Amino acid sequence: MASVALRSVSKSFGHVPVINDVNLEIADGELVVFVGPSGCGKSTLLRLIAGLVPVGAGDVVIDGEVVTDIPASKRGIAFVFQSYALYPHMTIARNIGFALETLGLSRQEIDAKVAEVAVTLKIDHLLARRPRELSGGQRQRVAIGRALVRQPEVFLFDEPLSNLDSDLRMEMRMEIAKLHANLAATMIYVTHDQVEAMTLADRIVVLNKGCIEQIGTPQQLYHAPQNRFVAGFIGSPRMNFTAVSANVSGASCHLMGPGNLSLDVAITGPGVPAEIGVRPEALSIAAARQGKLTGTLERLEDLGHEHLAYVRIAPETAWSVRLPNSLARTALGTSIGLDWRFEDLFLFDKDGHRLDHSLSHERSAAANGALA
Amino acid sequence: MSTRIKRRSGAYYRAMRRVRQIALGCVTALLLFYVLFPYYWAIVSSTKQGAQLYESVLLPALDFRHYKELFRDANFATSIFNSLCVAISTTALSLGLGTLAAYALGRLNFPERRSLLLTVLMISIFPQVVVLSGMFELIRWFGLYNRVWSLVFAYLIFTLPFTTWVLTSFIREFPRELEEAAIMDGCSHWRILTSILLPLMGPALVSTGLLAFILAWNEFLFALTFTLTEGSRTVPVAIGLLAGNSRYEYPFGPIMAASVTVTLPLIALVLFFQRKIVAGLTAGAVKG
Ligand SMILES: Nc1ncnc2c1ncn2[C@@H]1O[C@H](COP(=O)(O)OP(=O)(O)O)[C@@H](O)[C@H]1O
Ligand SMILES: [Mg+2]
Repeated sequence: MASVALRSVSKSFGHVPVINDVNLEIADGELVVFVGPSGCGKSTLLRLIAGLVPVGAGDVVIDGEVVTDIPASKRGIAFVFQSYALYPHMTIARNIGFALETLGLSRQEIDAKVAEVAVTLKIDHLLARRPRELSGGQRQRVAIGRALVRQPEVFLFDEPLSNLDSDLRMEMRMEIAKLHANLAATMIYVTHDQVEAMTLADRIVVLNKGCIEQIGTPQQLYHAPQNRFVAGFIGSPRMNFTAVSANVSGASCHLMGPGNLSLDVAITGPGVPAEIGVRPEALSIAAARQGKLTGTLERLEDLGHEHLAYVRIAPETAWSVRLPNSLARTALGTSIGLDWRFEDLFLFDKDGHRLDHSLSHERSAAANGALA
Repeated sequence: MSTRIKRRSGAYYRAMRRVRQIALGCVTALLLFYVLFPYYWAIVSSTKQGAQLYESVLLPALDFRHYKELFRDANFATSIFNSLCVAISTTALSLGLGTLAAYALGRLNFPERRSLLLTVLMISIFPQVVVLSGMFELIRWFGLYNRVWSLVFAYLIFTLPFTTWVLTSFIREFPRELEEAAIMDGCSHWRILTSILLPLMGPALVSTGLLAFILAWNEFLFALTFTLTEGSRTVPVAIGLLAGNSRYEYPFGPIMAASVTVTLPLIALVLFFQRKIVAGLTAGAVKG
């Protein structure tokens, strides 16, 4: 098994920088998830690690050894592609065993290994078929089988479940978690699915425009995001934001904003708040003028297990609220108040960095508690 | 504001559908007639003798004398053999070289790629007549004049660009991840080409190969210029130079018989590869 490290890795395609000075240490046996908006360079970063794309600058280190110039197939890495990338003209058995064929193993050895992997993944009855005769979920299993058979030290997954419907996705997610537990192999997993990221990851790496925004456990990212981007990216529905003007006097600070926001906070570090954020699940409904914010109830959505309310606090800003119970339809269009506990408030300066306030530590404590 | 859509009765749309079907049928029939009539006429003419040829009778006379004479003619057999050699070698060479070139142009990134692709396209722009004399000199220098191989050499100049071009666009559309999967599986470029790309390129190879074959099989101008004696002629030249019984008789019947005979292999080939060709022409249009 192996650790993976990226040392100041950069990559441009032509003149377009795609990866900018990425530093990352992944421990042996860890499952790290890359998340980020589409086009931020997740796949490119994975390809750099795999060696499918040559790095522009910096080094890729696997198991303490610099592998920057070592060809992809010699790095002890397996790659599971988003499109599965099964060879259409080969049987499933040959698809799985193809790498071993290239290595020059004997037919019996290959057959034995393929059969073993097929049993693990419950695809042993499909070995004689061709990829087009398989369902999406089965193809996904074959793609994983093709990675498994080589017994790699590091697995790379590029949005492996994004082509599956939600039931299958959940099933395969559990399979991958099980696989990780059984193999104890290092895995890097790219996804845009929040649930996959939160449930699978030992640590999540949030990428944006080719830079790492934050690295942390799912709980750290959720409870203590370092900046506005991470705060907005992790969580669904996303965190509510609104710009505020701050009046600082010493350590205390008075915030004014839309929706009759008028709030005193105690800042514990340097910096001036320019924006506040509250997660939809941290908001509660209060009577008009009773909460910290006032707005107009604009829309109600009943998802069965939860209810979403949209409250317009300014012409261009609507906040979403996640509620356990539905509000009366008659409340639509009326003015209501929004409230939250103080430790659920996030403050950001004008560059988007999160500022600590007197109660932030409770949240961090919660994150660390969840870790333990 | 709503836009009102004018709607007519169901019967109207049914009638329109019928009219469209009939119109389509008529157009198809016309096209088929246009395409097939010359060939049919050749068959009809090839079974007529002497003065019959000048009567516009649409039914064949079913007199196969011309065919019998044709097959007794040793020179014709030689020219068929020559044509086969030329067409098969040209096809094989242009597919082989074309595939290698297409892989390089379509997959490997090197700075001169664009200009190289343009050059390939440029070559196929020149009309045959323009390259004819230059090609003649080349062939003389290589000592290939009046040899069958001179034609293979000459035909490559127009089959190679289009095979390269078509195969390049096929390889370009080839899913990147499939190739990356092969790289992860430890394949060299050569093994990717032979084990992954080539088996999947079957349809594209068949359709371009067939086109190259037909071009080489039917080519006349180069074949006439670069060969001299009967022993090295190909079929189109042999047919063109068929002599009549007398100076004043144009040997229309034998020519038609010969034309029909040499077209048969092409038709057989096309029918044999029919399914593959359709797959090749639409390759990449729909992702499977
Ligand atoms: N081979 C390539 N050539 C040029 N640009 C590329 C190439 N691969 C990726 N890119 C560009 O790099 C950026 C990041 O792509 P990618 O890593 O696929 O993003 P993600 O997987 O996060 O959606 C995109 O803007 C994409 O257009
Ligand atoms: Mg991607």
